[in-house]
Amino acid sequence: MNKITIGILGLQGAFHKHQQLLERLSVGTAIIRYPEQIKQCDGLIIPGGESTTMTKLIRQMELFEPIKNFDKPIFGTCAGAILLSVDANDSQIDTFGKIPVSTRRNAYGRQVESFKENICIKGFESDFPAVFIRAPKFTDIDSSVEILSSLNGEPILLQYKNILLSSFHPELTSDTRIHELWLKNMSV
Amino acid sequence: MQKNSFGIKVGLAEMLKGGVIMDVTNAEQAKIAEDAGAVAVMALERIPSDIRADGGVARMSNPKMIQEIQRTVSIPVMAKCRIGHFAEAQILEALEIDFIDESEVLTPADEVNHVWKHDFKVPFVCGCRNIGEALRRIGEGAAMIRTKGEAGSGNIVEAVTHMRTVQSDIKFLTTLKDDEIMAVAKDLGAPFELVKQVSKEGKLPVPNFAAGGIATPADAALMMQLGAETVFVGSGIFKSEDPAARAKAIVMAVTYYDNPKKLAEISATLQDAMKGINMSEIPEDQRLANRGW
Repeated sequence: MNKITIGILGLQGAFHKHQQLLERLSVGTAIIRYPEQIKQCDGLIIPGGESTTMTKLIRQMELFEPIKNFDKPIFGTCAGAILLSVDANDSQIDTFGKIPVSTRRNAYGRQVESFKENICIKGFESDFPAVFIRAPKFTDIDSSVEILSSLNGEPILLQYKNILLSSFHPELTSDTRIHELWLKNMSV
Repeated sequence: MQKNSFGIKVGLAEMLKGGVIMDVTNAEQAKIAEDAGAVAVMALERIPSDIRADGGVARMSNPKMIQEIQRTVSIPVMAKCRIGHFAEAQILEALEIDFIDESEVLTPADEVNHVWKHDFKVPFVCGCRNIGEALRRIGEGAAMIRTKGEAGSGNIVEAVTHMRTVQSDIKFLTTLKDDEIMAVAKDLGAPFELVKQVSKEGKLPVPNFAAGGIATPADAALMMQLGAETVFVGSGIFKSEDPAARAKAIVMAVTYYDNPKKLAEISATLQDAMKGINMSEIPEDQRLANRGW
């Protein structure tokens, strides 16, 4: 594979954690804060953080159209997954509508309901430690979307074309397998 | 399923990075903060500059006000308890507050002991002036550390001093050889294992935010460049002449802290900041940063 650069939207949230994880995989990264940076990326990660904050900064910095038009692989975690969905059921959030699924913010409750659970992921030989922080839930999932993992009947990891969404935070663990799974999209 | 472990507590602090946490005293202010792009609000009865002016004992906020704020905004809601007042902390936990600030801004309830924060499901943030104080609080279970600065002063000088002190303390710890760590831990009055960890990793085990005196976008940018990962703004917003615009400007300034042209643009739209107080006008015994150890 040629040398690739993964852009990580660096407006707010856990973007450095994604960067540290990709660096462990020897993947080149760039922290994205300006519209002109986006077209130089081979893939884009929209990290967790506060979706209300990110949506405002995206608008103010004229990043909305460049991200909406970005057709290379995208990975959204937590707040990033909310932004990539069709509808966040919240008038404060401008969604990109990149994947036919809706989201509901903080659907598990406040911070006291945040949790960690070992989950099964399709194609993985062993459990993955998933950290859920004020996590969203996915709803109205189109049949074209593949559900790679569910927990207690709730889908938590989704794949649609070259887009991956997780309602949890793989960047907060030392397990790199989900990022590696997504990076395989680069060679498609 | 594992709930409320230290890692999950620190996880929320990670999500707040690169954002602004704003002090608010009612639901209306909370909405202004959320609309401006705050990552969280801190619910308190009076903002620090009013506490300073009014005197008297400052306590945990009324639960009714906190609940109104929780109903009004969707971002995390934080609230303060007095240093050592674990019953106030228990009440805040019962309200399902997202983060508790055991804060020197309120009148301390215990002159000796801080809250044993490991006992709680809700994460805590605590203030510090140096690495020893930071590691003592982390040892007690704090999942986030902030500089104390001097709350309600509108003067950034103390926050700068505390941030620079913590950063240079960390650099010093990384120079230690194994056989020197115990003696330094003794001098710092900090838990040995945490001193050892910082010495090896060159950073605090939890996110390090800035607070106490931030009044302008430039103040926020300064703290970010000095190594803060997020800023708390207390009196700076709602004591200014243009709270909504200033709140929005400080949010932008934290993201574009290293772009002076952008910062100039952001700052040019604002009216006057809060007046502020020189440190020489605040007698030593009235400095909030001296509360707690």
